[in-house]
Amino acid sequence: MKRFFDAELETFRSHLVLMGETSIRQVRDAIRALVEADISLADRVVAADDEVDQLEIKIDDEAIRYMNLRSPVATELRFVIVGMKASHDLERVGDEASNIAKRAAKLAAEPPLKPYIDIPRMANIALEMLRDALDCFLHMDSDKAIAVVKRDSEVDAINKQLYRELTSFMIEKPGTISRAIELMFISKSIERIADHATNIAEEMVFLAQARDIRHTDELKKSTLS
Amino acid sequence: MPAAISPTMERPSAQPTAPALAVSAAGTAASAAARTIIDIDHVDFFYGPSQALHDVSLKLDEKKVTAFIGPSGCGKSTLLRCLNRMNDLIDGTRVAKGSIKIRGVDIHGPQVDVIELRKRVGMVFQKSNPFPKSIYDNITYGLRLQGVKDKSRLDAVVEKSLRGAALWDEVKDRLHTSGLGLSGGQQQRLCIARAIAVEPDIILMDEPCSALDPISTSKVEELIHELKKQFTIVIVTHNMQQAARCSDQTAFFYLGRLVEFADTRTIFMNPANPQTEAYVSGRFG
Repeated sequence: MKRFFDAELETFRSHLVLMGETSIRQVRDAIRALVEADISLADRVVAADDEVDQLEIKIDDEAIRYMNLRSPVATELRFVIVGMKASHDLERVGDEASNIAKRAAKLAAEPPLKPYIDIPRMANIALEMLRDALDCFLHMDSDKAIAVVKRDSEVDAINKQLYRELTSFMIEKPGTISRAIELMFISKSIERIADHATNIAEEMVFLAQARDIRHTDELKKSTLS
Repeated sequence: MPAAISPTMERPSAQPTAPALAVSAAGTAASAAARTIIDIDHVDFFYGPSQALHDVSLKLDEKKVTAFIGPSGCGKSTLLRCLNRMNDLIDGTRVAKGSIKIRGVDIHGPQVDVIELRKRVGMVFQKSNPFPKSIYDNITYGLRLQGVKDKSRLDAVVEKSLRGAALWDEVKDRLHTSGLGLSGGQQQRLCIARAIAVEPDIILMDEPCSALDPISTSKVEELIHELKKQFTIVIVTHNMQQAARCSDQTAFFYLGRLVEFADTRTIFMNPANPQTEAYVSGRFG
């Protein structure tokens, strides 16, 4: 049976989708600004962070209003809570994109330290994770969410490898230190983006199954589907 | 009272140039903002020697849903029944002080016709009370009292009212069977259809869902949401979730006094008064 306030939930859902798409676009553009040394694109990413921030405020407001006035229970309650938490993660993703863009703008003024191969690869994995996490969030697909959680280690591994590589650059050529540090921060930002995708995926399992798999080894031992 | 006010309180939408339109309590007749339709001003009300309302002042907006909440005996139903002078039917009751104006007209004024008032301010009760007549006759009862005999007009009103009360599809094939044969939820919607058949301005609802199951309750709430496009609705409810879901504004009463009146969201999110907070949190009442 349709209820007169169902439209509010749909608006909430569509704002989450929009926030997800905006955050993904921000990360993609920030990485492109780095690879293509495009300062103007980097500046646009920094300026557009406000779009993501405003969506977080809107989503929080809608969630609080819904919980306050509509007394959601069961799946609907979990959806609103998880949606609100996902919006915080997406806001942080937006901040990381902005951080990457600021560093990309600085790096664009200097010759590249090395060809950018690992960073875009790592960013692609993080973006896929983010896309999948949001997708399963909206389609209540917890199997896909589990796959996202498991991919986090791929990004962690590339991040560690980059750290080692950049550290050796710095040891060998102190002139590269400032650029290497910027790249380390960018790598760390991407690693954090993958962490946020993982958080969203974990929340998804809570949404679909009302089970909290955070900070447990439940993933390894359980059949979560 | 200004001479321009129509004692029959015609609806401005029915007569755009009626004198009543010239008088808006908020003085904002031309503005798109919500207009005050009911102005309750420092009302004291007594049942014999017992004072049930103390100095209640409240302005209710047109085409909004206002919920009256509060523990039993707080005066919310008393105030609701004051709005169409239903309390007049109880011996020894009186509004001892203050006034209640609807579209600027004092409803206790000497020229006010109480029957006309109750036509403009309809009421739906806690327990559905269809007349022991057919569904059709329930709806047309008020109009027939007014002398309407035209069959095609009556037919049109029956269909419009039942559609308005989201009941048409369920009863269109048995309009001439008894209203008492309907389920509880349907009977309550029949009463709502009967109330809107005479095209009131305001609908008062006194615990309209307390005897209904959750599905019927949900249908009535849905209906309230639809009806507010056309009517001003005041609802008394013990169900705070219902007040939160259905109303635009909420008034909290305690011991015959208005404690707080604000947008529903404010009442349930950040009430100014600790008593309101305690009540909506379920800590008393």
